[in-house]
Amino acid sequence: MAVRKEYIEDLEELKEKVLRMGELAKVAADNAIKALLQRDMELASKILKENSVIDDLEFEIENRCTRLIALQQPMAVDLRTIGTCMKIITDLDRISDLAGDIAEIVLQIADEPHVKPLIDIPRMSELSQGMISDCLNAFSEREIRMIEDFSERDNVIDALFDQVRRELMTIMIENPRGIRNASHLLFVALHLERIGDHACNIASRIIYMVTGEKRKLE
Amino acid sequence: MSTIETRELNVYYGDEKVHALKNVEIKIEKNKVTALIGPSGCGKTTFLRSLNRLNELLGATTKGKVIIDGKDIYDGKEDVIQLRKRVGMVFQHPNPFPMSIYDNVAYGPRIHGVKKKELNGLVEESLRKAALWDEVKDRMQEIALKFSGGQQQRLCIARALAVNPEIILFDEPCSALDPVSTAKIEALLRELKHEYTIVIVTHNMQQAARVSDFTAFFLMGELIEFGETKELFERPRDKRTEDYITGRFG
Ligand SMILES: Nc1ncnc2c1ncn2[C@@H]1O[C@H](COP(=O)(O)OP(=O)(O)OP(=O)(O)O)[C@@H](O)[C@H]1O
Ligand SMILES: [Mg+2]
Repeated sequence: MAVRKEYIEDLEELKEKVLRMGELAKVAADNAIKALLQRDMELASKILKENSVIDDLEFEIENRCTRLIALQQPMAVDLRTIGTCMKIITDLDRISDLAGDIAEIVLQIADEPHVKPLIDIPRMSELSQGMISDCLNAFSEREIRMIEDFSERDNVIDALFDQVRRELMTIMIENPRGIRNASHLLFVALHLERIGDHACNIASRIIYMVTGEKRKLE
Repeated sequence: MSTIETRELNVYYGDEKVHALKNVEIKIEKNKVTALIGPSGCGKTTFLRSLNRLNELLGATTKGKVIIDGKDIYDGKEDVIQLRKRVGMVFQHPNPFPMSIYDNVAYGPRIHGVKKKELNGLVEESLRKAALWDEVKDRMQEIALKFSGGQQQRLCIARALAVNPEIILFDEPCSALDPVSTAKIEALLRELKHEYTIVIVTHNMQQAARVSDFTAFFLMGELIEFGETKELFERPRDKRTEDYITGRFG
């Protein structure tokens, strides 16, 4: 028989809120690259508008965590869960901010032609999306199998970023008129690389939540 | 260094009808606070009482070994009076004797033949260690029962300290006290561990977390998990410990 029914329900609700925030951050990052590829200004503006929803959620989740700690004195896995929620909402918020930064770049680029076909950037986005999805599943299922290989997956993103950067640098040197567009794209790639790092932070927190073990993924 | 070690400790009540402790094996470290937690009836008090052989006064049968400072106290050669001097106990409800503050503290030393001229100093020292001296130094001849519950409990601690024990057992010492008195006792426990080995039973998980270095979780007479407090409350190894300390256990 489970005692402390309300407390357990509160914890469940907390987890749902975090998942919702994670889902919104993930969609924002996905849409940012969609907007870039399709030159969809409306979608880009929408991302910026919806950023505040994520900010509000972060604030609400933080309050819930504080309240649970103050009123319920959580222990063991519950304590680790609350600690994890507190930490990962910062990373989720950063992901949505980075999506917003990409959206702003999309608005600035508008119709101007790209200096190169976009191949590696969508690839980086796909990889980071996969990592965020796996984080959310791992968090919800309390199952770490799908996030244990994040160091390797992040290395792939880092390598793609290096490649994009080298290419764009070459373009900028050879064709100064392309600097504006190339530097925009460089920032997009940098933001995607950062999103991968945040996914790694989230994953190591989830491993701690599930196992109690502190493992650094980077 | 462990100061108390039990081996295959089994305790039965009433013609072995109740098997209150089942093969408990534990090593309790010197100058540390060890907390015992677990649901009502799991054997915490029984375990505590097995460490100074109080159980036998209640008709319990004990099997196995309790080794204190390298010597088994159930080997038949132990002087029980001396044992209870070395292993003091403080109970849930403050139980001062119906006599003055002074006489309460002096009671044990007198029995053990402490000289009259040494008594004053010993009483003062014990009351100081129990963080009660300043509150009672001008009221030494007043009857103990007039004092508050928290003061009475600290008096009982002073009484236990006066016979110069090595180990002090506390059975839910704060459960009848308000938060301020509780905080005083908790601060006291942290002080006392520098000189004594402390074992405390508590139903308050936060208290166990606050005051103890090691925690033992008992369930139905079995020792389920024993380890460093900070480990046990952050990442218990056993599912049953986790269910209990997170409150998913009814
Ligand atoms: N004097 C006694 N005579 C018979 N049975 C006893 C006696 N004392 C304890 N028991 C039984 O032994 C078992 C363990 O009791 P114990 O008092 O050690 O539990 P506890 O963990 O201290 O519980 P609580 O948290 O309620 O104080 C229980 O089943 C209890 O009924
Ligand atoms: Mg008891």
